[in-house]
Amino acid sequence: MKLFFQIGEYFALMYRVFSKPEKMSVYWRQIIFEINSIGIGSLAIVAIISVFMGGVITIQAAFGLTGPLVPLFAVGYTTRESMLLEFCPTIVSLILAGKVGSNIASEIGSMRVTEQIDALEIMGVNSASYLILPKIVAAILINPFLIALSMFLGVFGGYVMGTAAGACTSYEYIYGIQAFFEPWKLKYSFTKVVVFAYLITSVASYYGYYTSGGAIEVGKSSTKAVVITSVLILIFNLILTQLFLAH
Amino acid sequence: MIEIKNISKSFGDRKVVDDVSFTFLPGKTNLIIGESGCGKTTILKLMVGLHILDKGEILYSGQNFPALNVKDKQEIRKEIGMLFQGGALFDSQTVEENVRFPLDMFTDMNKEEKDERVNFCLSRVKLEGRNNLYPAELSGGMKKRAALARAIANNPKYLFCDEPNSGLDPKTSIVIDDLIHDITQEYNITTIIITHDMNSVLEIGENVMFIYKGKNYWTGTKNEILKADNKELYNFIFASEFMQQVFKAATKS
Repeated sequence: MKLFFQIGEYFALMYRVFSKPEKMSVYWRQIIFEINSIGIGSLAIVAIISVFMGGVITIQAAFGLTGPLVPLFAVGYTTRESMLLEFCPTIVSLILAGKVGSNIASEIGSMRVTEQIDALEIMGVNSASYLILPKIVAAILINPFLIALSMFLGVFGGYVMGTAAGACTSYEYIYGIQAFFEPWKLKYSFTKVVVFAYLITSVASYYGYYTSGGAIEVGKSSTKAVVITSVLILIFNLILTQLFLAH
Repeated sequence: MIEIKNISKSFGDRKVVDDVSFTFLPGKTNLIIGESGCGKTTILKLMVGLHILDKGEILYSGQNFPALNVKDKQEIRKEIGMLFQGGALFDSQTVEENVRFPLDMFTDMNKEEKDERVNFCLSRVKLEGRNNLYPAELSGGMKKRAALARAIANNPKYLFCDEPNSGLDPKTSIVIDDLIHDITQEYNITTIIITHDMNSVLEIGENVMFIYKGKNYWTGTKNEILKADNKELYNFIFASEFMQQVFKAATKS
């Protein structure tokens, strides 16, 4: 029963979030602020993880793909496919669920327990929309750029570490990352990114918004937000993969 | 003017507010007093719509607030300023941004007009030059004053103050009380203050309601309160030895 109650509460909150903003100029300012906070603030972690994971995938691919029938460019091809289809959209989104999701839940949760949300409501501001809508819009706008950067850095990391470790030659790797490229796979990846961006921000905001109590409850909300968002990302990953890739 | 008529509220089996009626007058500091946990803050939260009434009416200049639709409620809320117990300043914004916030949201003022209004409000609460400080950099009294500046920024018709003196030293308490009292008279605001600070009651209690166990037990003014023939009110006022001695000394002289 509690699950159905929470689902209903979540959709009721989203109804308030997507109602007409009081003043667009204030919301635009908030969106720019959130783009900086969510996007620029996550650049370093996304870049570091992508480069290293690209390198590891390349070395693992070179280690596993051996044999007279396996072409040498398969290492580059495998790295590109892994990065584009799964690692960058899904694993980086899971990492962002931890970083951005916990941040959002604890920020909004703290505002709730210190009566800042009540203050907004009493002023006549739609607090749900003012606090949550800019975060959702900002994440949907900036996350595709973050993931695009992650894809580039992942493939680049694979090139640097693969060639440095002697896993493949420069020519084979570059040939591999261009081989059999199908542009629709990018559509699949970026659709996932947008859906995951929405999940990360809306679910974390929901848990923050309905926090009650004190510091301990803020911490619990933050943890719940990360766990539930991660599970939802995995479920939606499966659904979207089935929708896009199943023939 | 705000009238509350027969309002009640229960949380589970516990009745927190029981059939309370009162009229809050404009241009006066209207006080709700009572022991901790007697239902004062619940009454205030019912009045601003943060809790939902079980029964009764809350009339803002004749309009029954709980019965209004969301849009009309928001219109009334734009005329409300509220000073929370902890200030409830937005942590991520400076003092100036906090005070400017209602102006950004609800007015079409240009930047110069907003700057002027913000500086006026800050000077009114004696916080000139503190524009760029963050709430974390302010003392308790300064936070209350900054929150008061935000509450009055948009010229409210109604001002709610939830224990404005809690956690403050007596001197700063008097400064806050006097500020609220002066602003109330100057702009003819209907001000409702929740307090259990007897100094405040005797300083600025122009229209007082005493709440005991969720009920309205006594109403009157600061001049009537010491002579009131009400056992619960007497026990509340003279709970401290100090107040008893002050009263004895005053009646002797």
